[in-house]
Amino acid sequence: MQLGPLDYGLWLTSFLLEAYVVVCSLFRKDFLRYIPLNIYMLAVAGVTWGQYHCISHYGFNSHAYFYYFYYSDGLLYILMYFVIIHFYQQVFVEMNASRYIRSAAALLLVATAFFSYIVVHEHKDHLTTRFVVELEQNLNFVGVVLVYLLWGAILKLRETRTRLIQLVLALGISYSATASAYALMNLFPAAYMLHWVPPIAGVWLPLAWAYTFTKVPEDARLATARLAVGTR
Amino acid sequence: MMAALICVISVVAFLQFFISYCRSILATSRKVQLSDRVREVAGIANKNVAAEDFQRLLQLVRLCPERGDDQTEIRAVGTYYGFLHIIGRACRSMIPSLAAWSERERQSCSYFAAVALDRRISYSRDLLAQQAGDRF
Repeated sequence: MQLGPLDYGLWLTSFLLEAYVVVCSLFRKDFLRYIPLNIYMLAVAGVTWGQYHCISHYGFNSHAYFYYFYYSDGLLYILMYFVIIHFYQQVFVEMNASRYIRSAAALLLVATAFFSYIVVHEHKDHLTTRFVVELEQNLNFVGVVLVYLLWGAILKLRETRTRLIQLVLALGISYSATASAYALMNLFPAAYMLHWVPPIAGVWLPLAWAYTFTKVPEDARLATARLAVGTR
Repeated sequence: MMAALICVISVVAFLQFFISYCRSILATSRKVQLSDRVREVAGIANKNVAAEDFQRLLQLVRLCPERGDDQTEIRAVGTYYGFLHIIGRACRSMIPSLAAWSERERQSCSYFAAVALDRRISYSRDLLAQQAGDRF
């Protein structure tokens, strides 16, 4: 399988957008306020750059690229958990629940890592594409559940910070699109079109975050009740 | 079985996140009052903007000089409008309440387009005034 101009286009776009998010938050003096998010964006940009080098040196079908892709993806999942924990802390800031959130998040991370280790260990002799798709599907689904619970808390606590709301919703869209695409790939391995969804979700997230940091000021507020599906 | 369950839950979650995200963009325009100028240009007589006016308003928006900062949100709302249009058509006979909800949402999209048009008209007038000022 060879990569086409569209693959490289998506790659370059996501790299530029990731860099833009970090530069934008630096210019707007929001870097420290959203430090886990910025570290994540820097890491994704670094991984994207590394993937390009890996492919140009070893080729898309090489073992080197295969291992690089899935190890770096694992690392990015861990960093993304820190971003979600940071969002939880921001939502629950007035309840002084930071300590409990950190403990619960650490427990969840250890549990996910342990579960993933067991699954990988059991399949170590046949790390097939199908298995990898299943693992990606499960990890993304954990992300969907975490963001969905966070969104429920935002609605319940009537959180009004527009920026925080848009950052969380963009993350939810990215995770749920990726998880459903991997689940469909698992169900219908022949559906090649689905392979486009994860890279598009990879462009969507920095694009939506770039939009939020550029257009939505930190002090912008909105009525959360209006955002729930089914309300007028 | 597990994959099918994950797929269904993720698709439902995706729809909820997507609708809420689009609504958060639309919410910014709700507070804005439409000027008499844009009502006259777009032929809006009532307080509410009709759902079907969206495409026409978008065409008028495209005729105005670009401000450069509203393209992303116009595209996002355009996608949302298209999605609602499909929902509305599919559910018209089967689930009328869902079709009515989609109609209200499409009205919000049209109102957003009218606000975008208003902003672009103001921008064009400012540009014209600036050019006239430079000439003298």
